[in-house]
Amino acid sequence: MTLARHVGGALVAAVAVWALSVSLGSFRDYQMADIAVYVVAIAGLTVLIGLSGQISLGNGAFMAVGAYATALLQMHLNWPLWALFPASAVIAAAFGAAVGVAAARLRGPYLAGATLMLAVALPTLATQFPGVFGGDQGLPVTVIPPAALGAAFPLTRWLAWVNAGTALIVLVLLANLARSRIGRSWQAIRDDETAAALAGLNVAGLRILAFVVSAACAGLAGAMLAAYSSQVSPGSFTLTLSIALLTGAVIGGLGSLAGALWGSLVVVLVPTYVTNVATSHGLSSTVAANIPVAAYGVVLIVVILVFPDGIQGGVRRLFGLPPPTAAVPLARLNSLRRRPPSSEHQEEGTT
Amino acid sequence: MNRSHRLRVPAIAAAAVAAAMVAAGCGSSSSPSSSSGAATASAPGVTATQILIGSHQPLTGPAAPGYSEIAPASNAYFQYVNAHGGVNGRKIKYTYLDDGYDPAKTVSDVHQLVLQNNVYAIFDGLGTPTHLATVSFLNSQKVPDVFVASGCDCWNDPSKYPQTFGWQLDYIREGKILGAYIKQHFAGKKIGYFFQNDEFGQDGVKGLDYEIPHSQVVSRQSYVPTNVNVGPQVAALKASGAQVVVSFAIPAFNALLKLASLKLGFSPTLVASSVGTDPMTLGGLLEAFAKKGGATVSGNALTQGIITDGYLPTLGDTGNSWIALFKKVHDQYDAKAPFDGNVLYGEAVAYAFVQAMMKAGKNPTRADLVSAINGGLPQGPAVAPYAYSASNHSGTTGAYIGVIKKGVVAKQGPVYVTDATPTGAVTAYTGSEQAAPGSGMP
Repeated sequence: MTLARHVGGALVAAVAVWALSVSLGSFRDYQMADIAVYVVAIAGLTVLIGLSGQISLGNGAFMAVGAYATALLQMHLNWPLWALFPASAVIAAAFGAAVGVAAARLRGPYLAGATLMLAVALPTLATQFPGVFGGDQGLPVTVIPPAALGAAFPLTRWLAWVNAGTALIVLVLLANLARSRIGRSWQAIRDDETAAALAGLNVAGLRILAFVVSAACAGLAGAMLAAYSSQVSPGSFTLTLSIALLTGAVIGGLGSLAGALWGSLVVVLVPTYVTNVATSHGLSSTVAANIPVAAYGVVLIVVILVFPDGIQGGVRRLFGLPPPTAAVPLARLNSLRRRPPSSEHQEEGTT
Repeated sequence: MNRSHRLRVPAIAAAAVAAAMVAAGCGSSSSPSSSSGAATASAPGVTATQILIGSHQPLTGPAAPGYSEIAPASNAYFQYVNAHGGVNGRKIKYTYLDDGYDPAKTVSDVHQLVLQNNVYAIFDGLGTPTHLATVSFLNSQKVPDVFVASGCDCWNDPSKYPQTFGWQLDYIREGKILGAYIKQHFAGKKIGYFFQNDEFGQDGVKGLDYEIPHSQVVSRQSYVPTNVNVGPQVAALKASGAQVVVSFAIPAFNALLKLASLKLGFSPTLVASSVGTDPMTLGGLLEAFAKKGGATVSGNALTQGIITDGYLPTLGDTGNSWIALFKKVHDQYDAKAPFDGNVLYGEAVAYAFVQAMMKAGKNPTRADLVSAINGGLPQGPAVAPYAYSASNHSGTTGAYIGVIKKGVVAKQGPVYVTDATPTGAVTAYTGSEQAAPGSGMP
């Protein structure tokens, strides 16, 4: 009855989101919408890395695909929000499938390099074709709360509801996928590709499917980002974004969906909080602007040193629980290694 | 587990941190000024003793070099005003957040400033793509959005954006003024364009085309700021036989243009928008880029003779009362920054804001500030008057032509004024420039 448990958990979370959104101020609503964007993107990445054992530095590019799909579909076809989100996810998934076909042949640093190239190259298309994508200025996206909620309903609360609601649905779907036959197959491939192939699993197909799922999540997150910031522009999809997603996934705990939430909280809240502290203490101007970046790095280092399997792993250890079955430290991922699977076997024997 | 593999996680984490830091670059940030007392608020952000305003600025990231000096310079002038009685007894507190020139970050910065910090107005938000991302939100919240730090003509749209005002000379006007000068002084010569392929360069070219006969323009080359290889464009300009090259480019790309021309033995007369010709910045970039390529050049020698324009007094004009005032404020409150074009800009736009606040009345609401500017502002540090009215939200209307000599812009001839329409004439300004008030306060 895992489905019932996941849906129940999501409903409890939905009530919590509703309570928070009506009791906190509009800026907190706005941050909630921001965090939800990262939850979806990081959850998609953590499934890819933690479960299927493939790395991607290019999920920022899939977010760009989803975001631009949202803007273009709204601008030219005037689709409503509820149709834009799934459509953007599907379009990004199609991109993910194409990349996944190439990715299924690559391992470790080569896969990281190929996806890195995607993150760097894809957003520059927007400046190459300014007629379609609006160049550096990007495209506008309009979100209006439904009339049924009343004219005075705050936009920020509506954004918090839409984005947090979408994030919860994604988490339920991913949680079920991870517990399904597909999720178990991914873990089998991650742990030992050769054994998985011998057991009859379609290794290449499953690896591509993982990319598709991850890209769909990133595309959906891109659509949510477009809604939340009411625009899309290439400046939002720099390499820093892709690295921030990876950072969030590692900090939270690879392969853990709860970890995706922790990672998002760190990625979104730490820089804002530190900026506020730095500016309110009147630090010298050269120092204050760079403190958020430095603090972010320190948090990252501390988390990795103290909780090698991420915050979620640390939380479980605090409560005396075993580490989550799905989660795995990055260092254990066979497919991140450079050597062919045959030699991996001998190595595993020596551990 | 194999030991070498255990190292992977910290290695990747460290790489991610390093990458994030490199990507973020460096810069500087705000320093708050004064305290607050009992509140008799007339508007959000306005108490009996304080006016809180906010901004988004590229303090880190690709646009930070140079531009990160602007907000501290504005803040220096506000501190000067605060030390001399403030605005109707209220001290200005200026909170500016770093957006790294990322429009999505701009949006969240401005939401924080408006919804959480409750600022009275957004002042001098920097950048066209960044500020465009937030202009609808500011107008829907009826937050005064004054003196955007960008020359896009898009801020002048009072029916759509009644709260938004430009300040600096817009790029269309600038293109027209440079174009009129070229038409007059380089009649019959072959002209090539070199411009940034976004609204900045395109608006500039629009202005140039309003003035320069199309038959004279032999080549139009554009660049995108992310691609630093301008060799092909410069080769095309050379092949076209252009005798005059007009550049609407940021300082880094003027430097690249100059160095690539040098390499190809191509030496046209260079006419360039003031956006990219602050001699100190441009000279420094030329020397730095040449050094990277293993050559030594003199910035002053290479910038010598570049024709440009200016809407603020030239930094070299030490006898000018505005330069004297802003130098004094700079030396007292912002001495660590070089006294360059960015600092002058930051102080001058801050002066304009204090002008507008003084006019907005003793207990100003947000609407008071907007209607004060709609009623027009007296000419300040800029060499030409403002265009402000209820139906016109663009700022400075004119500029002079200058030539760079020995690392400073030397003013040539009169100040020209014009409008942003295709047919409006470019005329010599007959009014006089204003001297800075002795008190340094508007």
